[in-house]
Amino acid sequence: MLRRLQVAAATLAALVAAVALAVYAGAVAGLACAGAAVVLGLAAERAVRRRFSAWRYAEREDDLLVQRGVLFSRLSVVPYGRMQFIDVTAGPLERSFRLATVRMHTAAAASDARIPGLDREEAARLRDRLAELGEAQAAGL
Amino acid sequence: MSETTRWQRVHPLSPIVRGGRATIALAVLLLPTVVRGGDLSGSYLQLALVGALTALGFVSWLVTRWRIDGDDLQIETGVLRRQSLRFPLSQVQAIDIVRPGLARMFRVAELRLRMGGASGATARLAYLPEREVEPLRVRLLALARGEQRDEQAETADKPVGERVLTTVPTGRLVASILISDVGLAAEAVVAGLIVTALLAPAAATGVVSGGAVWIVSTLTLVWRRFNQEYRLTVAEGPDGLHVRSGLVALTAETIRPGRVQAVRMVEPLLWRLLGWCRLEVDLAGRQRAKGEGEAERRALRAVLPVGSRSLAGELLDRIVPDRPREQSRPPRRARWKSPLRYRMIAWGRTETCVATTSGRLRRVTCWVPLQKVQSLRRVQGPVQRSLHLASVHVDTAGRNLHATLRDRDVTEADRALAELTALAREARRDPSVPP
Repeated sequence: MLRRLQVAAATLAALVAAVALAVYAGAVAGLACAGAAVVLGLAAERAVRRRFSAWRYAEREDDLLVQRGVLFSRLSVVPYGRMQFIDVTAGPLERSFRLATVRMHTAAAASDARIPGLDREEAARLRDRLAELGEAQAAGL
Repeated sequence: MSETTRWQRVHPLSPIVRGGRATIALAVLLLPTVVRGGDLSGSYLQLALVGALTALGFVSWLVTRWRIDGDDLQIETGVLRRQSLRFPLSQVQAIDIVRPGLARMFRVAELRLRMGGASGATARLAYLPEREVEPLRVRLLALARGEQRDEQAETADKPVGERVLTTVPTGRLVASILISDVGLAAEAVVAGLIVTALLAPAAATGVVSGGAVWIVSTLTLVWRRFNQEYRLTVAEGPDGLHVRSGLVALTAETIRPGRVQAVRMVEPLLWRLLGWCRLEVDLAGRQRAKGEGEAERRALRAVLPVGSRSLAGELLDRIVPDRPREQSRPPRRARWKSPLRYRMIAWGRTETCVATTSGRLRRVTCWVPLQKVQSLRRVQGPVQRSLHLASVHVDTAGRNLHATLRDRDVTEADRALAELTALAREARRDPSVPP
């Protein structure tokens, strides 16, 4: 949702710029620019929507699955026992839509799994649940 | 076994050894003046400098002390910023003895305790008299093993009953470095220099002064490698594999089998012609820390810098006993995705271990005990999708060692992912090996 809004905002800005250009530089060039902006914006919107819908996660009994990516699809399996810490972050834009990102860290640098754009309540729930499960199943190095 | 020893100081010569190269430089700086004799009027500044440094060194020695307090090693140091460090011995991953060249001259050695945990700190006792180091190491290791195996701790007090497995011959080490990537680069540099010097002596000086940094750094790399791996000896002791090596600076390490995160075998192109390979292990608790020497920053520890495959197999038997004998090849269409790698790619697994092979010119084989697997990832790029292939990555706590089941058929990749997840879960719960 967040990213869609970003794309929409970008498209809108491009459109305004194109209209302004049309006023100054002449109708034909300006209209062409506006058309291009709309088309690009729609394409971006579509790409973002696909990307958004490809991002999913599942809490299983012993591990968390996180899937993401359209062109490069990645499926991470992170056992609860291996989680070292979990952090929840929310940037200004995310905060304005009451969203947050949950990120899981293991001892391996490569295996960072993150879930962006969660509702704040859902993020807090997930964080507490993961911390609880992680503690119950903790395994050493 | 919870005893508290007296506070003890490190060896009085420690500041000099710690100063290392600076001390040597200072000595060189001062010698001419001293030899000329009496001419002190012009060198007040130098004398003041030496006096200040000596005083600083003395103070730093005076305020540094250590003791064993029950299950902790306690080190106190610092004047302005007083530090009191406590290292719980139960978390010790390995204890190394390090002896730089200068330390060997003064017959002292450094004891380095590598700790586990996320911070991966290192406790350094620098420097102790040479003859005290080995008994102390044995004692600390015994304490680290804790109460549950007291009788073994006592046996460890005797001269350790170790069996030497292999020593790397110097000739072979030199040959292997000469035909390794670093060695070839250095040879190219030297050969280039000689040729320019013969053809155009005037240009050669320009080249030397211009590329001095390059030349020095290349040669340093080669030298460092030779120095570190000179006469590397692997021995089997009651507490794991003992690895000793070094020409100027000596190091001795103990690798405990349960601490190994992953093992990898590297076979560069030219080495394969001679049937040689290099074996490296990845240990936990070796992350970068402030004030660490070069030996630690190097990511992987070579257990066998160069040796035959059968020798490597012998060592592997001790590190990862249950490892797959056979590896399966990827489908033929993977050739389109990785034309260079295709000949190398393979993977195999047993109930406790996964092995992967890859590499373009050199062949790299990784073994990861499933107990040490942190997470698993299945990745599929656009080219792989069109070929109906996928890769599975096995992540371990180490930074530099990466095991990947490359370019497998999608159904096989999915099955491998599910199987490895389940096996890793079982291995984690298995209490037979301590964490």
